[in-house]
Amino acid sequence: MRATACRCDAEDMSAVIEVQHLHKSYAGTVAVDDVSFTVERGEVFGILGPNGAGKTTTVECVEGLREPDRGDIRVLGLHPVRDRAEMTERVGVQLQEGRLPDRLTVAEALELYSSFYRSASDWRELMDVLGLAGKARTAFARLSGGQRQRLSIALALVGNPEVAILDELTTGLDPQARRDTWELIERVRDRGVTIVLVTHFMEEAERLCDRVALIDAGRVVALDTPATLADRVEIAQRFQFRPSVPLDDGLLEALPDVAGVIRRGDVVMVTGNGNALNAVTSLLARRGIIARQLRVEQASLEDAFLALTGRHPAGEQAGDQIKEA
Amino acid sequence: MEAMEAMTVPAGKAPAVRKRSAMAQLTVTELKLFARGRAAVGLGVSLGVPLLLVIIFGGIRSFKTPVRAYGGLTTLDVYVPILLVFALALLSLVAMPATLAGYRELGVLRRLKTTPAGPVRVLVAQLAVKLAVAVLAVVVLVAVARLGYGVAVPRQLGGFAVAGLLAAAALMATGLFVAAVSPSAGVARGVGAIVFYMMMFFAGLWLPIPNMPLVLQHISHATPLGAAVPALQNATLGHWPTGLQLATMAAYAAAFGLGAARLFRWE
Repeated sequence: MRATACRCDAEDMSAVIEVQHLHKSYAGTVAVDDVSFTVERGEVFGILGPNGAGKTTTVECVEGLREPDRGDIRVLGLHPVRDRAEMTERVGVQLQEGRLPDRLTVAEALELYSSFYRSASDWRELMDVLGLAGKARTAFARLSGGQRQRLSIALALVGNPEVAILDELTTGLDPQARRDTWELIERVRDRGVTIVLVTHFMEEAERLCDRVALIDAGRVVALDTPATLADRVEIAQRFQFRPSVPLDDGLLEALPDVAGVIRRGDVVMVTGNGNALNAVTSLLARRGIIARQLRVEQASLEDAFLALTGRHPAGEQAGDQIKEA
Repeated sequence: MEAMEAMTVPAGKAPAVRKRSAMAQLTVTELKLFARGRAAVGLGVSLGVPLLLVIIFGGIRSFKTPVRAYGGLTTLDVYVPILLVFALALLSLVAMPATLAGYRELGVLRRLKTTPAGPVRVLVAQLAVKLAVAVLAVVVLVAVARLGYGVAVPRQLGGFAVAGLLAAAALMATGLFVAAVSPSAGVARGVGAIVFYMMMFFAGLWLPIPNMPLVLQHISHATPLGAAVPALQNATLGHWPTGLQLATMAAYAAAFGLGAARLFRWE
């Protein structure tokens, strides 16, 4: 399909992107502090993290838009800055908040960008696939957020890239447009394109990514499959109740499954692992205490996020973080 | 039909869509955008205002009688080169910097950096389009002045072309410099307009150079358009522009061109 396909067969199972000990700071502020990861051919790799974690700086270094202070980056065996020409031919990029001239139409943008590449795909077909054919003659300024996003994805793909790096793919989209975009990415992956996805939506990562690197404060704090990360989510459980008889917090804190106890008036709030609720209710039953107004909060994705990013500060335990929260 | 059949493509190969080079496609796109946008208003103004002034001045009887202070030229004769550089300056100093700074503001240049085409080509495309429009404006103005009002066409065509191109180079370099130092399209438009009015003052738009006090005349000759207008005037009368006039314009083109190249930021 691609001119480069035969060349790639030999290295089919090798890493497409290798980032080693990446470090980048701006005017004394450390944006990326020792980030390493590899992306395998054909996978969808997610880079997750809170705003300001260093996700965008990391991918901008991978794209060659910024030069790292330290560390080594190889994309398809190429140096992102030194091998600029070859790199840009084979790597498609979607930038966060990238706009086009207001009066440029969808068809003109695609035709223009396809002229940049050696082996561009048929931009008319791409326009159809992305559901933009009806908007071919519509100016950029008149497109909806979802349409702009689809055009932006189309421009990242029009050069028939082996790797596509997509930054904040669905930010600002309504739920329907977001789901449509996810389906689109799945179709792109099915064509064999390796995809790097930058996002701060857990749900998006769970749906699309084969593996996820969680970045916080410029470091990789977790790198795993979304399923494994989701398992960690369940570690955190939170519930509250009003004991029928005053209760010593120490009794609850002594339970190994309980991570923290907070008292607000006569309401007791407990955090702990998946077994904490069980342990607490049996303790109360043994002492003949009734847990009134028992409310169990399902650990949300936000909690998982907090729990995972909270692991970062050296030496601190996840449990301490939950106790504070 | 036979001719069509003779053109059938080889089996197994998709019909090759004729594809323009990135540079050609960028230039075509820039031209379309120019003709469409706010720039179209710019085109209307940069061509329309000088044209209107030629028509108005051409209708004033006294403007068509020789004036001793102008060395026997009519006021209209004196104004034609001023109106030519008016068109050049408006395109280079007001329209282009705003467009380029806007591209940077929108992230268009940054996005191009991630493609094999790179952002330099869009700059070249901008310059090509603006230069083409400028040449068109000059040809139309000279033609209307000649056909409508009997203003002599340049007798020293080579000198006229060299002076015109150097003036365009000096103005576009200045325009690129404005784009380089302006953080946004709005700032670029404002700064460009101020530079435009200053330069047009010294070009003699409000007071032709021969009518200026001596000090202002000297200052004027040291500005790009204060050099360009007499150079174009000389060429119209059949003389080569003076070396000083050409050198002045070339120096501005080089200085601001280098400055722009050093200071231009893609993001």
